[in-house]
Amino acid sequence: MAKSYEEINAKIAKGEAVVLTAEEVSRMAAEVPPAEIAEKVDVVTTATFGAMCSSGCFINFGHSAPPIRMESISLGGVPLFGGVAAVDAYIGATEVSPEDPSYGGAHVIEALVRGDELLLKAHGKGTDCYPRRNIETWVSKKTVNEITMVNPRNAYQNYAAATNSTERVIHTYMGSLLPRRGNVNYSTSGELSPLLNDPYLRTIGVGTRVFLAGSQGFVAWRGTQFNTTKPRSEGGVPESNAATLMLSGDLKEMSTDFLRAAYFEKYGVTLYIGIGIPIPILDEDMARAVSVRNRDIPVLVCDYGVEGHPAIARTNYEALRSGKVAIEGKSVRTASLSSLAKAREIALLLKAQVASGAFPIAPPVQALPAHSSVSSLAIREKSR
Amino acid sequence: MKEKYILEYSSAVVDDPVIYTLVRRFDIKVNILRAEISPGQEGSMLVELEGEDAKLAEGRDYLASLKVRLAPLSSSLSVREETCVHCGSCTGVCFSGCLTMGDPDWKLAVDREKCIACGLCVQACPFGLISLKFGE
Repeated sequence: MAKSYEEINAKIAKGEAVVLTAEEVSRMAAEVPPAEIAEKVDVVTTATFGAMCSSGCFINFGHSAPPIRMESISLGGVPLFGGVAAVDAYIGATEVSPEDPSYGGAHVIEALVRGDELLLKAHGKGTDCYPRRNIETWVSKKTVNEITMVNPRNAYQNYAAATNSTERVIHTYMGSLLPRRGNVNYSTSGELSPLLNDPYLRTIGVGTRVFLAGSQGFVAWRGTQFNTTKPRSEGGVPESNAATLMLSGDLKEMSTDFLRAAYFEKYGVTLYIGIGIPIPILDEDMARAVSVRNRDIPVLVCDYGVEGHPAIARTNYEALRSGKVAIEGKSVRTASLSSLAKAREIALLLKAQVASGAFPIAPPVQALPAHSSVSSLAIREKSR
Repeated sequence: MKEKYILEYSSAVVDDPVIYTLVRRFDIKVNILRAEISPGQEGSMLVELEGEDAKLAEGRDYLASLKVRLAPLSSSLSVREETCVHCGSCTGVCFSGCLTMGDPDWKLAVDREKCIACGLCVQACPFGLISLKFGE
């Protein structure tokens, strides 16, 4: 039995919609077949809270009198990209302070969300229309015009787990990896993860409303490195890094409960972001997709000690969550880098928001690509 | 009775066979888990001391008489749990079972008794919430 978006929204409006989290529906699926889930459940909420390096914000500071065409800009001691108009700038999460490599754009973004005042410094060459050459002033989210988060790549659909076969500890964006395959780190919320519950992206596309660090944001575009070519499980779930989302939202509505700056030792600064996406259960196929269990989600384990990070084992999220996985006969301890506790908090919050009608459900304006692959960067001569 | 302590030596005591004395005179089993001597010749040692209560007390008095500072290990690990997001990064490097996470709530559990002050968690926490006082 198929259900339309209109029917689901009508049930939400009447307060009759059944909304479950992806974990709740996966438990239900142990006893209830997909056809019955499609009938009984209207919306399933998914969530993740993890490190997403490819994140940042456009800020419009407003014009001073006399005005300046800002060229080299820093905010809170962290350089901003100023190559966009006079008083627009982009702050990237992984940009770092020249004074302190463990402090960077993510920390400034968190401070802005918190409402802190930060020192803005900018220099311009001075033009007839923008005569000021230097400016120093204090700004906060209350004083600037817009702080629009635009994250080029978030919410990875699966992500390979990491281990290290070398003789020394290596420090990576997948955390501290101990020598001789001493541990395996992974970073998704498994059966709760947004794009693992809609593996062919039938309900998630351009224009989809998402929970973005406490605010209501949107899918702006396909994320960078969007890849549909990864091998898939029987249920359609890719076994490693696949689809991604470019997300956008209003930083002024975000909360530090769901956005935190982080520093990975000897790697750099990154931003932890909480993302949630409600998935409408349009038919039996969607019911089957959201019923996916951790044991059904394959994931590769890659060796970060070897160039190219080759895959050396295949496992699943049930095994990873058990605390130990077998790699070539050896039992290796596992640890998560993304917060399942936070992801659950977001999924439950989103469930209440959807059920109350505060978080409207709508079809995507435009589907994300069905065919897209990722190229590597060749070191080569100019083409003739 | 078995307890973990951090022994902090001044440079004046570094030459004394303190551990030998603990074993011979007080019949205390000493398990050295970690030891460091700083550039100024002051030393820190993480030890597990096991023995009869009375002998352990005498051993502690002996250390005090040498001005070896004796700090219970659990007091040296500090985790700012109130701002922890429960990501789990620290649990991946904690082999002593002090920092764990799992069913049902996947929130960080800290069992300070199990800490062996290896210090790997300090660098592993992406939010800088863990500190460890050892050898400083």
